[in-house]
Amino acid sequence: MQIETAPSSAGPFAHARTSIQRTMSLVMLALLPATLFGFWQFGWPAIFLFFATLSTAVLAEAVCLRIAGKPQRQYLLDGSALLAGWILAVSLPPWAPWWIGAIGALLAVVVAKQVFGGLGQNLFNPAMVARVALLISFPLEMTNYVQPMPLFSADAPGFLQSVGISLGQPGFDAVSGATLLSHVRTELSQGLTLTEILPDMGYLFSGAVGTIAGSMGETSALLILLGGLFLLVKRVITWHTPVAMIGSLAILATLMNLYDPEHYAGALYHVVSGATLLVAFFIATDPVTSPVSKTGQIIFGAGCGVLVYVIRTWAGYPEGVAFAILLMNACTPMIDHYVRPRVYGRDRRGTPIEYADNAEMRK
Amino acid sequence: MKLFKIRGGVHPHDNKHLAAGQAIEDLPMPALLHIPLQQHIGAPAKPAVRRGQQVAKGDLLAFSQGVISAPVHAPTSGRVMGVGSYPAHHASGLSVRTVTLKPDGEDRWSDEIQGVSDPFALTPEEIATRVAAAGIVGMGGATFPSAVKLNLRTRYRLHTLVINGAECEPYLTCDDRLMREHAEEVIDGVRIMAHALGVERIIVAIENNKPEAQAAVALAASVDPRIRVARLPTRYPMGSEKHLVQALTGRETPARGLTADIGVVVHNGATAFAVHEALRFGRPLVSRIVTVSGGAVSRPRNLRVPIGARVQDLLEYCGGFTEQPAQLISGGPMMGQPLPSTRVPMVKGSNGVLALTGAEAAGHEPMPCIRCATCVQACPCGLVPLDMAAHTRAGDLDGAVSLGLMDCIGCGSCAYVCPAHIPLVQYFNYAKGEMAARGRAKQKMTETKRLAEQRTARMEAIKQAKREAMAKRKREAAAKKAAETAAADAATMTSGAAAEPTATTAEA
Repeated sequence: MQIETAPSSAGPFAHARTSIQRTMSLVMLALLPATLFGFWQFGWPAIFLFFATLSTAVLAEAVCLRIAGKPQRQYLLDGSALLAGWILAVSLPPWAPWWIGAIGALLAVVVAKQVFGGLGQNLFNPAMVARVALLISFPLEMTNYVQPMPLFSADAPGFLQSVGISLGQPGFDAVSGATLLSHVRTELSQGLTLTEILPDMGYLFSGAVGTIAGSMGETSALLILLGGLFLLVKRVITWHTPVAMIGSLAILATLMNLYDPEHYAGALYHVVSGATLLVAFFIATDPVTSPVSKTGQIIFGAGCGVLVYVIRTWAGYPEGVAFAILLMNACTPMIDHYVRPRVYGRDRRGTPIEYADNAEMRK
Repeated sequence: MKLFKIRGGVHPHDNKHLAAGQAIEDLPMPALLHIPLQQHIGAPAKPAVRRGQQVAKGDLLAFSQGVISAPVHAPTSGRVMGVGSYPAHHASGLSVRTVTLKPDGEDRWSDEIQGVSDPFALTPEEIATRVAAAGIVGMGGATFPSAVKLNLRTRYRLHTLVINGAECEPYLTCDDRLMREHAEEVIDGVRIMAHALGVERIIVAIENNKPEAQAAVALAASVDPRIRVARLPTRYPMGSEKHLVQALTGRETPARGLTADIGVVVHNGATAFAVHEALRFGRPLVSRIVTVSGGAVSRPRNLRVPIGARVQDLLEYCGGFTEQPAQLISGGPMMGQPLPSTRVPMVKGSNGVLALTGAEAAGHEPMPCIRCATCVQACPCGLVPLDMAAHTRAGDLDGAVSLGLMDCIGCGSCAYVCPAHIPLVQYFNYAKGEMAARGRAKQKMTETKRLAEQRTARMEAIKQAKREAMAKRKREAAAKKAAETAAADAATMTSGAAAEPTATTAEA
């Protein structure tokens, strides 16, 4: 009984039950309720768009991996391409033609991720790069939202009609509807006040439940929040980024609302509308493109919140989350360079701690 | 008692149930013992025995050499078969000087072994001397000579002795069993060490996953009001000396410093037991408790093992393997070293032998870093492991050092939680080793340069001296010649009348 093991690398010889695949799967699981709700709300066209986006993402990833000479099985199974496609899909207008999703997926996977070196190397969040590129390139398709028409309901398009919608054929008479953000913005620019635009608080309820026009998976604030809390419980993400982002957005909105309630909507409006929660829990927390230290994550999140508010309120677009994320992504390397945790036994500057009286104990 | 928070850390499955229930058993004396002369940090011991010599248990086998060193004693009575090379208890598998002893089966203590009736009547110096003579080293695995630590009182103002019974490594239960079964002896050793250090506070710190040990030690400690038992939360790496002190006192040890800088000395519970044995009975450190565990071991045990028994002897006593182990480790799974072979002998610092199955050892193909920062959260030292690894990988070791590489304690928390299974500790160990090698090379270069400069200076001085001597001779010759010419001139001028004084001048 004598074994001679091969020379081995250093320990530890135990490992937590984690893997990139598990992390990605948990995020997808967290996205599932909001996505399924989106399917139900917007019917077959949304489902077609979703699968067109995801399959293109995976296919593009496979081709890129082959060209790069990386093991395809190992890298495809990590789920990162699938997740990037998924996040992109849920942020698209649900009735957008299939090629919007496909082009978006190519932009996300090829341009934003693989060109930078693949998994873990991208500077910008792939889904947000694709969203911004699509918004600028195809402004019409990317702002054409519809009112929810639940699957199998009387008004909803049938399967074949939906195929037509996905192929971009005109014909089906959809009730197009502006999102809350663009509606409010248009009306404000007409000189109306918020009391006239939003006479009651009903928009908060419909925004929370999700029975409003909007992107495929962004409408239901509550389901997104549920998924976000799941990720927090599973420790896939920490509270720092989402809390900092929602907090800074809410504080800024509250201050401006107090200053002029007729032209600046309050905190809840900004939190439930648009992609705020989706971004706060699923996109700003993207590990690859956000800072690694807790303080850095708070700065990053707060920056996102401020930028979202500024773009929504004063810039040219009704929704600013994608721009906010990309701008803060660009700041991430700098934040990581300057903001680091304090090293044990050293002060913030890095010099060893000195005590006035070495023998004194803290009480 | 009040505890303070430490940063980071992980909660690995402790798997202590495998061996925790097994009472300490004596390993039957193996047919041969291989006792390495380097079982401690510092200079290796110098052999004191010859081939063929008969020794009794506890006889000196090798002298301690220098200030930081420890002697080695015979673990049993028998005959010295030789002093040669044998594979070390080390991942490298390299050989070190080793005394091979053939036990005679009598296990007879030497007649000269004698304890002290009242160790508290001894001066601190006398206790430290006895501890040094007994060859006691830090038994938690660091193997730093304990007497050197007991002598810290001369250079630092110490107030607290901490006994590290955290045993935060998974699987290991040797300290747990020792504290359960020999609590009184451990506490006696603790009190002797406290006397030697002259401290007013003693804290025995034990993690909450060892309630029996906590209870036994608390009971034994009731004899001395200075002793407090701290119940530590179960978290790895609670047993890291500096983090343990922080959890107990709320103070961080200054970077690159010792816990003595903040008035605390930390010893292991097994070391306290060895001090008790050395002072009360005069017995040197010749055996230790070892946990043999892991999913591939048939019957996990806690064994009292003579130093020099081979890993194979332990595994055989525990019934061998249930399956071929994927990994054989000395120590715990987090910071333990892979063992190159089962032939290697047990040493004073080896607290565990683990044979892990493939499922336990959890080897995975590494993936690229996704910057998830789990390692940043897990690092108890506040470092950014992912950045340090990236710099190391790119060959920028100076960059890694400026990010705090030398503040890394190598606990492995980062690698344990990494979802990409990146071997972070391997990167850091490589970088540390490379930096040490560079440091040695640099030192060698400066030393060579210094010697070369000295030589040049010396040669220059010799040349200078030669030149001066030459110049002096020249001057003298010139002076002589000038004098002669002058004399000749004078002679011609006075034409014979002044011949006599000229001769006088020439003579002078």
